[in-house]
Amino acid sequence: MSGLSFAIPGGIGAVLAGLMFVLLRGDRRSVVDTIVHVALAAVTAVFLGYLASRAIDNPGGFLEILVGGLLSGVLYSLVALGFVLIFKASGVFNYAQGAMVLVAGLALVRSLDYLTGLGVANIVAIPLAILFSGAVMALCAFVIEKWVLRPLLNQDGLTLFMSTIGATFVLEGLAQMVFGSGVYPLRLFPTDAWILGEGMFPGGILVNKLDVWGGLIAAILVVALAAFFQYTKTGRALRAVADDHAAAQSVGIPISWIWFIVWLVAGIVALVAATVWGTKLGVQFSIVFLALKALPVLIIGGFTSVPGAIVGGLIVGAGEKLAEIYLGELIGGGIEYWFAYVLALAVLLVRPQGLYGEKIIERI
Amino acid sequence: MLYRETGQFKTTYSADMAMLPLRQDRIALGALLVFAFVGIPLLAHFAVWPFGNEYLLRAILLPFLILSLAAIGVNILIGYCGQISLGSGAFMAIGAYMAYKFGTGMPEIGLPALPVLPSILLGGVCSAIVGVLFGIPSLRIKGLYLAVATLAAQFFFDWLFLRVKWFTNYAPSGSVSAPELNVFGWVVDEPIERYLFCLAFVVFFAFVAKNLVRGAIGRQWMAIRDMDIAAELMGIRPFFAKLSAFAVSSFMVGVAGALWAFVYLGAWEPLAFSIDRSLQLLFMVIIGGLGSILGSFLGAGFILMVPIFLNVVPSELGVPLSTETISHLEFIIFGSLICFLLIKEPHGFARLVSLAKEKLRLWPFPY
Repeated sequence: MSGLSFAIPGGIGAVLAGLMFVLLRGDRRSVVDTIVHVALAAVTAVFLGYLASRAIDNPGGFLEILVGGLLSGVLYSLVALGFVLIFKASGVFNYAQGAMVLVAGLALVRSLDYLTGLGVANIVAIPLAILFSGAVMALCAFVIEKWVLRPLLNQDGLTLFMSTIGATFVLEGLAQMVFGSGVYPLRLFPTDAWILGEGMFPGGILVNKLDVWGGLIAAILVVALAAFFQYTKTGRALRAVADDHAAAQSVGIPISWIWFIVWLVAGIVALVAATVWGTKLGVQFSIVFLALKALPVLIIGGFTSVPGAIVGGLIVGAGEKLAEIYLGELIGGGIEYWFAYVLALAVLLVRPQGLYGEKIIERI
Repeated sequence: MLYRETGQFKTTYSADMAMLPLRQDRIALGALLVFAFVGIPLLAHFAVWPFGNEYLLRAILLPFLILSLAAIGVNILIGYCGQISLGSGAFMAIGAYMAYKFGTGMPEIGLPALPVLPSILLGGVCSAIVGVLFGIPSLRIKGLYLAVATLAAQFFFDWLFLRVKWFTNYAPSGSVSAPELNVFGWVVDEPIERYLFCLAFVVFFAFVAKNLVRGAIGRQWMAIRDMDIAAELMGIRPFFAKLSAFAVSSFMVGVAGALWAFVYLGAWEPLAFSIDRSLQLLFMVIIGGLGSILGSFLGAGFILMVPIFLNVVPSELGVPLSTETISHLEFIIFGSLICFLLIKEPHGFARLVSLAKEKLRLWPFPY
């Protein structure tokens, strides 16, 4: 295998470089830290070297996997965005985001099915269904804020986190009971593929149109959110609450209203994620588990950063697809199942606040 | 009137520090143990209702005991040391699969098949080793970040046991069955025997856990939980305290996993130890009471009984529900109960028990 002959010298070089770096810096670091950093550097170097060699072997195939991975990473970013919004504004780590995607997706697809079943034309039915699922998300936001978060005001983060796990179960159960628990196909976007760059690479690069739509929607969403946070009164109030609850309250910002708004925005982000994911996989219960992948995305990007959520999603998406294809040949498939988590673990060991996060973790 | 300390004088330090300072508590625990070890087998033997029913032993008491043990392990980590873990299912799986490997032998390294008892314990040891490895990040990160780190363990081991055929002895279906449970010539196969086998494990480890958390190491864990920086300044080594909590916790969870696989399931696949199991254990610990051994039992019992209750009651009342509706209802009731308990009683059932005891001490007077 030509890849390994390239990667192993690279790994040895990285170990030496890492050791030099640690020794020269003269930082008061423990032995465990040093070992962990050097080992991680070595593994990363071997992985990247291996990928590089495979990319040189077959640039077209590599690009295709990379682009596909990046675009599917956008979907993780969409879910991670919802987490970041809530975490920034209320300090709540919202485990229920995945369940909210499920609720939004089920509400959308079932109401759409119902309306088309009545003979309503798509052009009317789709906006109506989106309105309906938006209303469902607003109801969720209201209920969660009123009955779960408000009574738990001033509790510590762990308690709030566990209460959102509880809310997750309720949402999952209710959504499936009301809307059904099958697999419902959703067809809002085209799912066929484009073939790009046929001149440059043999066979060209296949790009799924849906993934491109997903990327576009994510971009629009980020711009819209940025504008909302920057230029509206509510957005400014949101940022104030995120900075300091008590100070925001003392200048007259109604904190429970703001939390409702945050959960509503997160619900709408979930709805957007659900439209893309639903088209890709069909709306079904397993969306909840895919949404769990947003957790490592957040670790990598940082819990408090919107750009971090996007970049983290891209890294996870591209990394796991590349690992699945290229490493999967060596150690067996199914790597994308855990790759993101192990990557997050590595990031935690080196840079606990993530790529873009604020440095909030004290040394312990 | 019956439950108070009047007349019980403590004349030594050891009496003052006793596990159960009240005579009534000691009598109650003794009676409970006698009932569990002698009473239930006798009742089952003479088929007295409801113990004559095999279903009760096999489908309620057995999982209750094993999951209580796992919950004690999780409680040591989350409740006593304050390190949140979402990977308990993975540690159960490690215990189960490594016990299986030890139980069926590893010819690659010349290891013959070991008897059941050492296999189960060695499964726990392997789980403890992996637990320490995944506990290393806890030296740098805490809270929710750590939760994600332990999620990595969960997903990685789910994959490992599914894909690496060595762990399943190259079974084509990926499902493995436990070796015969032969303990010094005693073949454990009747439900009552399985029950006693697990009971012995659970009682032993519950006492170990209770005494660990009362002792020096347990107080270190609690100091780390309550405020790690202050604990470090007092001279507690976070490195040792946290990793020892991970080791002890994963060991117990691993043993519980081995018991779950060997004694309860008999034949299993990685799905038995998925993230759902981790969340189930987390809920048992929260609902039962963080930082309480008794709470682990109460939480395990409660979480196990809710689905059974939901299955039985509607059909008894003549309201037949489809299994699908029941599983959804289960989700909803679980979730609401967790939210409700977090809001109303963040310390769980264990707190209710101690409140009840307090009331009982004063009874029949209001104060």
